[in-house]
Amino acid sequence: MKPAKFSYHAPGSVDDAVALLGQLASEDGRILAGGQSLVPTMAFRVAQPGHLIDINGIPSLGTISVAKDRVRIGACVRHAAFEGKTAIPGPTGALLGKVVRNIAHYPIRVRGTFCGSLAHADPSSEWCCTVAALDGQMIARSPRGERVIDATNYFQGVMSTALEADEMLTAVELPLLPADTRCGFQEFSRRPGDFAIAMVLATYRLENGRIADPRIAVGGAEVAPRRIAEAEAALAGQPAEPAAFARAAQAASEAIEPMEDNFNTAAYRRALVMTLAQRALEKAR
Amino acid sequence: MSDKIEITLTVNGVDHRVRVEPRKTLVDVIRDDCGQTGTHIGCEHGVCGACTILLDGEPVRSCLMFAVQAQGLQIRTVEGLQNGETLHPMQQAFMSHHALQCGFCTPGFLMLAVGVLEKRPDIGDEELLEVLSSNLCRCTGYQNIIKAVRSVAADMRAAR
Repeated sequence: MKPAKFSYHAPGSVDDAVALLGQLASEDGRILAGGQSLVPTMAFRVAQPGHLIDINGIPSLGTISVAKDRVRIGACVRHAAFEGKTAIPGPTGALLGKVVRNIAHYPIRVRGTFCGSLAHADPSSEWCCTVAALDGQMIARSPRGERVIDATNYFQGVMSTALEADEMLTAVELPLLPADTRCGFQEFSRRPGDFAIAMVLATYRLENGRIADPRIAVGGAEVAPRRIAEAEAALAGQPAEPAAFARAAQAASEAIEPMEDNFNTAAYRRALVMTLAQRALEKAR
Repeated sequence: MSDKIEITLTVNGVDHRVRVEPRKTLVDVIRDDCGQTGTHIGCEHGVCGACTILLDGEPVRSCLMFAVQAQGLQIRTVEGLQNGETLHPMQQAFMSHHALQCGFCTPGFLMLAVGVLEKRPDIGDEELLEVLSSNLCRCTGYQNIIKAVRSVAADMRAAR
């Protein structure tokens, strides 16, 4: 249970970090942010990076900045930054504050980072599901320059993303949802703080008593989180009532291709998604 | 390639100048190199919370950090809780409420509870239970730990 040898680098700026990653990616150089996923995998020696580039000493990465319709979350913003009062206004801030309480335990949230969770891309990551639901954008930098990756292109499978080995995720941007957006999040895990077996995030607005702009994203059930178009179609234009929620939940559970593992069958995850979708929608109401 | 890096760690206000490999976790350096063995090592992958310390006042798992990352930060461990011969109120409450049996998880629970109550003396009961679920205890069944922490929280609120 002791990590293998590596060389340690602590750059003082994003430029230096990106340059180092560019040089060291070929020797399995990796970015170290909160370390709450990377360090355990190193303890098990599942990961044995040759170099760690520690970005915790780069002050500019620790900030959340709000522009008129977007919020930008720097690479070292911790999970705990979204608890309690935050600088993020409106339903987006409230939603992030709800979701964060489902992430691991408090001491993990003190260290772990939002962007680290996105870079790690565990299927049961609450932030990955949130970014998929809100169509967030990933800002990636390498010595070749900066690019923006949409959520739909970003998640590619279990712990697999569109990031290249020499690309650093410097920030994630989320839209600020309209003020009348209603949001619900529901996940299930066997014990509080465990990895979720499935989760559903639902948002919508009401126009003349009918559902508008519905978003339903499923995480944890499939290899990667995504919005479920079939479920959203079942909601659009409907009254916000249990019957419509049930039809959307049914559509979500039918549309997914659930993972199977030693504890959870595909049929169980499908049933779970139906229940969670219904509850997330009811919470949003 | 030089294997070891010279760092200074500040543990309970005392500077320890040590030479360590970057791969050495903070908890290993606190115990092996700084000689402060009150912090226990349980699972070594962030699940059990036995190694919880306070880092700049916040409870963190010291097995999920490398010691080289803790330079310049204030580290507090269970050794720093008591004042001379007088136990910290949280330590006293753990004794009074029989909140420990084998004691292996106790340093982690103490630091977790002290860290959270120092920051948030008004924390709600539901949230307090959620925080205490962070750490594993195999003996007590948690009820006496909860009683101990609740009593300190109540005393802190009454004293204000």
